[in-house]
Order: sequence, then C-alpha cells, then structure tokens
Amino acid sequence: MARIVGIDLGTTNSLIAYMDGGSPRVIVGQNGRTLVPSVVAMTDNGLIVGDPAKDYLVRSPERTIYSVKRFMGKSLADVMPELKYFPYRLQEQGGVIRIQIGDKTYSPPQISAMILKELKLRAEAHLGEEIRQSVITVPAYFNDSQRQATKDAGMIAGLDVLRIINEPTAASLAYGLQKHTQGIIAVYDLGGGTFDISILKLKNGIFEVLATNGNTHLGGDDFDARIADFFVKEIRAQHGLEVEPHADTMQTIRLEAEQAKIRLSDEQKTTGTIDLPTGNRKFRYELTRDQLEARTTDLVEQTLGPCRLALKDAGVDPSEIDEVVLVGGSTRMPLVRRRVQELFGKVPHSELNPDEVVALGAAVQADILSGGTQDMLLLDVTPLSLGIETMGGVMSSLIRRNTTIPASAKEMFTTYVDGQTSVDIHILQGERELAKDNRSLARFQLKVPPLPAGVPRVEVTFLIDANGILNVTAKDVRTGQTQSIEVKPSYGLSDEEVERMINESFKFAAEDFKARQLIEARTEAEAILKATHKALGHGGSLIGPEELATIHASLAALDAARAKHDHRAIRAAIAEVEKTTHHLAEVLMDSTLKEALENKKLSELT
Amino acid sequence: MDQTHNIPARRTELQMARSMCWHCQSEVTGEYFCERCVKVQPVSKELDYFTCMGLPRLLNINTEELEARFYKLSRDFHPDFFQNKTETERNISLGNSALLNTAYRTLKDPIQRAEYLLRLEAGSAKDIRTSPPADLFEEILALQEDLEEFRAVTPGQGPGEVDTLRARLKADYESLQQRQHTMEARLFQLFEVWDTLQGRDQQDVGVRGEKDAVLKEMRDILSNRTYLRNIVDDLVATLG
Repeated sequence: MARIVGIDLGTTNSLIAYMDGGSPRVIVGQNGRTLVPSVVAMTDNGLIVGDPAKDYLVRSPERTIYSVKRFMGKSLADVMPELKYFPYRLQEQGGVIRIQIGDKTYSPPQISAMILKELKLRAEAHLGEEIRQSVITVPAYFNDSQRQATKDAGMIAGLDVLRIINEPTAASLAYGLQKHTQGIIAVYDLGGGTFDISILKLKNGIFEVLATNGNTHLGGDDFDARIADFFVKEIRAQHGLEVEPHADTMQTIRLEAEQAKIRLSDEQKTTGTIDLPTGNRKFRYELTRDQLEARTTDLVEQTLGPCRLALKDAGVDPSEIDEVVLVGGSTRMPLVRRRVQELFGKVPHSELNPDEVVALGAAVQADILSGGTQDMLLLDVTPLSLGIETMGGVMSSLIRRNTTIPASAKEMFTTYVDGQTSVDIHILQGERELAKDNRSLARFQLKVPPLPAGVPRVEVTFLIDANGILNVTAKDVRTGQTQSIEVKPSYGLSDEEVERMINESFKFAAEDFKARQLIEARTEAEAILKATHKALGHGGSLIGPEELATIHASLAALDAARAKHDHRAIRAAIAEVEKTTHHLAEVLMDSTLKEALENKKLSELT
Repeated sequence: MDQTHNIPARRTELQMARSMCWHCQSEVTGEYFCERCVKVQPVSKELDYFTCMGLPRLLNINTEELEARFYKLSRDFHPDFFQNKTETERNISLGNSALLNTAYRTLKDPIQRAEYLLRLEAGSAKDIRTSPPADLFEEILALQEDLEEFRAVTPGQGPGEVDTLRARLKADYESLQQRQHTMEARLFQLFEVWDTLQGRDQQDVGVRGEKDAVLKEMRDILSNRTYLRNIVDDLVATLG
C-alpha cells in the first residue's frame, strides 16, 4: 500500500502530515516552517506559492491570490458582500467563480490545486518518494459543492483524494490519540475563514460525531477586516485620504491588521505604522485589546448560536461535556477563549498546537485508510439536510442533518401525465422550508418509459458517502434496470472541466518547467558573458590574435542564442564559450599567481 | 416463535442461512461475513432493523447494548476498512454501513422505534391526520381562533388586548404540552404491554388479539401526537 498523506487545506495556511511509526508528524519545509501560507502569486517569473508568495500580496496585489477557500463551491453572488479586501477580479461561469489574472481565468479548485502541489512537492522532497494519495480536510459545515470542489482540487493537483474528512473530527482523532480521552467532547474550530463546532462521543476507539454546526464564512479574516475597516476610517479622518482604490495599501492595511490582532492575543496594547500611498506620509495607530474586543464581540457571538444548536441536536447539555478542545489559529484570541469557557462552563483545552492538530488528524485518518491501524474509527455526520424540491417549491427532506454517514434514502418517482418520458429532479441542501432558500446542489432528468400516468416506477437512491458527498442512482422498478444519471451540479465544475484542468495543470507544469530552465540558462549566459568580457580586459593581451578571434566568435554566438527561446541552444553556447576560454583562464590564473607572488616578494622586501 | 431472549441469534442464522457468498459461492453461515473466504456479505434487504442489530422485537431496548452492537458492526462494515479491497466489497461496505446507520438511528429513538415496529407489524406507522382527534376537538378549535386573532393584531391595537391573547395562547400551549406528556406516558406503558405479550405464546389467539389492540392504540397515539406537535410548533413559531 502506497503512502497516504494527510492535508489541511486551510483558508490562511495549509499543512501536510504523515504517519511516522505510529505517531502523526507535520512535514517541515526547507524554510523550517510547517505552515505553507495559502497564497499563490502569478509573477513574471512564474508561479510562486506559500511564504515567498506573501511578499507579492503588496507588490502585485492583483496577481496574488489568498483565502481562495472562501470561494470554493461558491457562486459570485454568494461572496459579493465580502469582496472589499479582495483585489483580484472575479467572474462567474457555469455557477463557478473564475479569478481573472492577466488574460487568463482560474477556478478556485485550480488555485487550491497549486497549493496542494506545493504541499505534495514538500512531502516528496521530505519522504523521497512520489505521493499520489491523500486525505484532505474540510470544514465540517462545508456543503456538497464545497466538498466536491475540494476533491476536484486534489485531482487537478494529481492527488487521489481517498477521503474528505471534517476538520474538527480530524482534530479529535489527533487529540484522542494523544490523550486517550473517553466521554463527550466539544471541538470548537475557528480558523482563518470558517467556523465549526462538533460534539463527539469518544468510546473505545470509536469517535462518534453526535452533531455538528458552523458557518463556512466566519473566521480570522473577518476579525482582520474589522480592524482594517477601523484603520481605513482613521486614515480618512487623520489624512483625508481614501485608500480603498489603492490595492497595495489595502493589502498592507489588511496584513497589518492581522499582525495587530495576533499581537493583541499576548499584549494589552499595540502600536504600528502603515505607509500611505501619497507622498511619504505614514499612518500611526495604537490599538488596545479592549478596542479589538469591542469591535469583534459580535463575531464571537455569531459562533455561539451554532454551538447551542449543535448541543441541542446532540441532545447534550453543556454540563455533560467532558472536555472542550480548541482548534484553529483564531482560538488564540482571549475573547474567544472566554466566551467558549462561559458557554461550556469549562476551561478549554489547547495543549496541541491549534494550527497543526487538523493536519495531524488527517494523517491519522490516512493511516486508518491504509490499513495501518484499526483501533480508531470515525463515525461522522452530514452537516446539512438533503432533500428534493416538491410541488409548490417546498423542500422535502430525505436525509436529515446530523445523520451518521454513509447515509442513504430511497424515493419512488412516477409520472403525472400519460406518455411522460422524463421527470425533473432538483436536489437541495439546507434547513429552510422553501426550496429557493436552500442550496441547490444539482438537477437531473430521470428518463421514464412512455406509459400511462402513474404506471412508471423509478426508485432513486440518494447516498451520502463517507466523504459527505452525494451519489445518486436510479432503478426502474418494473424492469429492474439501473439507469445512469447525469447530475448537473448547480455550483461545480463538470467532469469534463475537471478533466481539462488536470490536463492543463500537466501542461502548465511542463511549461513552467521549460520557462524556469530558460530563465536559468539566460541568467547563467549573462553571468558568463560579463565574466568573459572582464577576463578579456585583464588578459586579452596575454593570448594570440587567433585565440582572441575564436573567443569573440563564441561570445557573439552566445549573445545571439540568449535572445532565443531555446534553453538547450543557450546551454550549448555556454559550453562553447567555456571551451574557448579554457586556455585564457589558465593564462589568467598563472599571471594572477605570478602577480600574487611578485606582490608577496615586494611586500617582503618592504 | 421462541419465547426467550436468544431469539436474535437464531433469527439471524435463519435469515442468513439461505444466502450464498457472492464471492466463493459457498453457503454463508457466518453472520455478515462468509466463513470460508471471509468476504463481507451484503445485509439482506429483508432483514429488519431489530434482527440486524441482534435484538428481539421489543420496544424497551437496552440502549447501552444497542450502542455496543452499533459500534461493533460499524467496525465490521465501515468503508474506512475497505479502502484496499475490491470495488464489490467497497460497495457492499458502503451499502451495509448506510443500512446500519439507519437501523441504529431508528431504534435509538423510542418514538421512531415504535413507528418502525408498527410498520413491521401492522404495515404502516400512523395515519396522517387532517382533523383534530375527537377528544381534542373543542380545545384545538378555540386555539385556532386565538391564533388567527393574534396574527391579525395590528400595532395600533391596545397592548392590553394583545397581552390577554398572548396569555391565553401561553396557557393553551402549556395545556397541549401536558397533553403530549400524557400521550407519551401512555405510549411507554404500551411498550411494556407489548414486550410482555412478545414473551407469551405467539400461537395463542388471545395473545394475537391483544397484540393487535396494542398496535392499534399505539398507532392512534402516534397519529395524534404528530398532529399535536404540528399545532404546538405552529404556536411556538407564532408566539416567537
């Protein structure tokens, strides 16, 4: 069995982990850091991902993508209200957001795939083997479209996604492995862009999720935006300056806001400066923890409603919770800890690094899937009710929220008019009464034989698999024949599109590689040209005119080759220059040596 | 039928004895795995949830035992443990897990358990009521009127009137809640009666008659309860 890695594909940071002899381990990059910032920069020198890409957030904001997870499985209308700090241009095509960079557009799964590829490379470098299989985590409250988009991202990155698991449950696996806890635990997971609460029962290695709830658009980003809004307002008041049109300054403000927030988790007061776009004016600020808390208390409040709902659905009283576990970088904020403690009446645990615990849990799940351990088993639930649209635009629920997965429901369909040959089925996800208020997952047409009304009997099975992803199959009850269904996702890439993106990603990879080789060859050519000209200046007089002519000819050839787009030709020309200058180098070496010796003699004489 | 508590084991054997292993074609004698080739077997569609969980068809269930059984079978069936197996086995694992999860969810909740038993024993769980049960008729009619009046209240109307209405609705709500509790208490009494009857000679005509009567009463209670619940939900939504 090939190795399966565990990946936490986060809004702000991503990590990759593996099982190392019974304990999960996060892979450290060459820069010594475990976190790979989920930032992708499309620069003139090619694609840059992670820490080095962060520099481009301010340098070329319109070509640098961050927090792409917020766009996964979403339409443009879904994310409209939160676009203020996003400098890039968005479009929509087939219910999927497209990010425009230059004259190209990218879907969120494509961008996520770039991050996944970076993680994959990191793991391959560390483990010295090819990585093809993975477990990727998603917020528990992710709907079907968002999960599917994550799976697509994996495929585009050349990773087989064997399992999508929920972040809080992944955390509980890592936590349970470490602490051997039994009883009822609540996992409060506030990340960069998403919030989840999960109530689990841990018993003899079974991790049974009793209920989950959350908000897939609530996280650290929103806290940063509150501080950034304050800065923007202050700048307007103090300097009479509108910074919103300046994408680079807006990014500086956003990043400074994030840093100020982080500092205020340890300090009561923080100060800083931001360079303003006009002249060399600076904005100086001072922010106290109290001010931060006053500006963000409603955001923390927004997490408590889902907590109460999850407790209710789990049929558990806060007093019955044995332990509360904090996950996600945003749980470092003292206000969050206070409110969680008040709600559950318990001091929450945070012994495990809240940034790493999800990736560690993903590695544990990967180990379970690879047959490494059978001690632990995760029984997760579907976060949202699944249903179909019925007469009058009402949603009829087939699988209720918090149902243990895999879960299935069967529904019989027939016709209303004689000779009807198809039945339209609209699949929905959500908790509202009316179809239009819920998330449209997909539509499909059920083919039925032309018979009198009510005679055809087609049984449709809706199955939510262990990834929380819906599969639909249909069977004609009269003939016993199964029929394949082409489900058209409402907010997702079609299979053909994913296929095309996989191919493109291979093509891009090849192109990127070629581009990099060309850049490297040119850089080297420039260095050689410069060095040789310098050498000729020093030692041109020491060699014969014929040799000099040969060297000049090879230099001219290299100069010509470097303008072309063939790195092999450049390499060949470089080799030729090296050959023709071999003697010159020796001569120079000798003369330098002689000079050095002479100098020495001179120095000894004096 | 057997009268003791080892009904489940025997039932399971009987259910599975006629099936053949999809893989090695030998007769499957193990519970859910072929004893010869150790391949997982699809849980028969005819298998009821009680049998699937290895429990007698009783209404009072030891939930600890049910949970232990659920965990054990989850370990047997869950797709996590079939990742490296053939596609056929993976599909069986998926189907079995989904069925197991439904079985557990249904039996865990006493109301769902009773409804399921009614479906098994009497064909359907409950009637969909469109009019109030006779003994509640007056009460519900009055309540509906109050509700309509309350909804029609305009901000201009005197606060005294609204408060009176609200108080009346609150009283109605409490009375209906009480009604619901009474119904449930009676339902749980019937659970006991049913379980006792299950322990007696099933061929006895008298026992069968008694069982039918219990089933009928449970069905009426469940129908009324659902009707009442909808009214109460409506009331809660209106009062806010």
